[in-house]
Amino acid sequence: MAEVLVLVDHADGRLRKATAELLTLARRLGEPSAVHVGPGAEKAQVTLAKYGAHKVYVVDDADTAAYLVAPQAEILAALVEKVAPAAVLVPSNAAGKEIAARLSIKTGSGLITDAVDVRAGDDGIETTQSVFAGSYSVTSTVTAGTPIVAVKPNSAPIEASPAAGVIETVTVPISDTAKAARVTDSRPKQATGRPELTEAAIVVSGGRGTGGDFGPVEAFADSLGAAVGASRAAVDAGWYPHSSQVGQTGKQVSPQLYVAVGISGAIQHRAGMQTSKTIVAVNKDEEAPIFELVDFGVVGDLFSVLPQATEDVKKRKG
Amino acid sequence: MNIVVCVKYVPDAQSDRSFRDSDRTVDRDGVDGLLSELDEYAVEEALKIVEAAGEGEVTVLTVGPEAAANAIKKALQMGADRGVHVEDEAIHGSDAAATSLVLAEAVRKATGGTPELVMTGMSSTDGVMGVVPAMLAERLGLPQVTYASELTVGEGTVTIRRDGDTASETIEASLPALVSVTDQINEPRYPSFKGIMAAKKKPVEQWGLADLGIDTSQVGLDAAWTSVVSVTKRPPRAQGQIVADEGDGGSRLAEFLAGQKFI
Repeated sequence: MAEVLVLVDHADGRLRKATAELLTLARRLGEPSAVHVGPGAEKAQVTLAKYGAHKVYVVDDADTAAYLVAPQAEILAALVEKVAPAAVLVPSNAAGKEIAARLSIKTGSGLITDAVDVRAGDDGIETTQSVFAGSYSVTSTVTAGTPIVAVKPNSAPIEASPAAGVIETVTVPISDTAKAARVTDSRPKQATGRPELTEAAIVVSGGRGTGGDFGPVEAFADSLGAAVGASRAAVDAGWYPHSSQVGQTGKQVSPQLYVAVGISGAIQHRAGMQTSKTIVAVNKDEEAPIFELVDFGVVGDLFSVLPQATEDVKKRKG
Repeated sequence: MNIVVCVKYVPDAQSDRSFRDSDRTVDRDGVDGLLSELDEYAVEEALKIVEAAGEGEVTVLTVGPEAAANAIKKALQMGADRGVHVEDEAIHGSDAAATSLVLAEAVRKATGGTPELVMTGMSSTDGVMGVVPAMLAERLGLPQVTYASELTVGEGTVTIRRDGDTASETIEASLPALVSVTDQINEPRYPSFKGIMAAKKKPVEQWGLADLGIDTSQVGLDAAWTSVVSVTKRPPRAQGQIVADEGDGGSRLAEFLAGQKFI
């Protein structure tokens, strides 16, 4: 069976959830081989094997750590050349898509981004994307080179399927051009203790209606173990950081449950959350377009509805 | 410093966007188009760099149908110095890879083969793949620094700040380079009356594929590396239950969530 390369998404060996999803999906297309760039592969190996990685290609040298995406594209290109995989899967985040873009040009291969599903079809690999703010569903195939697919987080339930996960150390010479952009300083954000926005099963977002007070939104999110998001209006007003923005110019999320609080539901916001499985909204304005999307909506003042809901959730959870 | 800003003419996101039945490409005829909002930030930032340096030129480049001239016009009205419009019937249906090929050759021709700084928005507002900047950088052999929310041009270098999920990073690249900017970087100016009048006299070059030495077989729908098999309009979400808060809205919300097994 042909190998399927899966680019491991990690921070110093601590795997992000997308990696297990990609390995689960890769098993539909062939035999998953994880590609781990940077330090921490030994730590990651157990988990990679648990989710089906037969092999773990490891590239760990100083050249890869300080630089941006370009070295990772060169590494994948070398592996594509070496093992002729059935496909390459990467996480559909900013870095993953840029790596995939460079890999696509280097290898003359078709690239599909923001896939919400990938499967083996009659004419090769088939993907599904959700476009125009979720109003259309597009099925595509790759017609040139090695299919490269960037898959959105939360697209597949994770399933374990233990495999050997044999580490194979690989050396790839990195070009000078790839080293021309480097990270000179990195300031970690203050940890909130909440799940990461694009990975979270539940997201609670606040908008203009909060008037800048995200307290009730955060408290409700915490009662559900949810991530906190924000609309563009709330971010532009300086109430919440841009990295938490859900929408066309922010993050695209598709959690099991999305709760929009004090958010009218402009197209810009819908583009970032419309593929969520269940949608709930709380808004004072019964005419707010967000109510066209919801499975359940409450027309009311968030400052009384949310605290009551938070108390109730806590009681139910005991 | 001479800067090339790549911009895109896109269907207005507020309009009813759809696909053409004949070839499953985005319908650009039936809807109003405009300069992609996210590209305005790149134009603005390029203007600021040139204004601060007191020298240099901003060239705005687009690939697209006749109506795409409107995107160039808007950028010229904001203050860009000249426009380049690549238009060719054969380009219709091109994928990101082919688009990046056309852009790369146009950047080369517009800069005599030696670009200093190429700028783009973070993504288009229609395709939203966000991969063209990286593909263009790859084709031009340039480093890319993307998603800049702050930008400084130094001696032979460009430095940006990028606000990531877990950290705020400072990234430095040697010039020439490609930079993409986010909507956090600035507040794009509105064209002034003076700017609108001045734009009418600014040069806009019209190039076809032959001017760029690109064969028609390298672009268009048939040359795409991916193929759309089907396009399905999603049924609108069935509207759910909406309740007015009568003092028990929070409890009813919790009850719904419990019923759906979220608690």
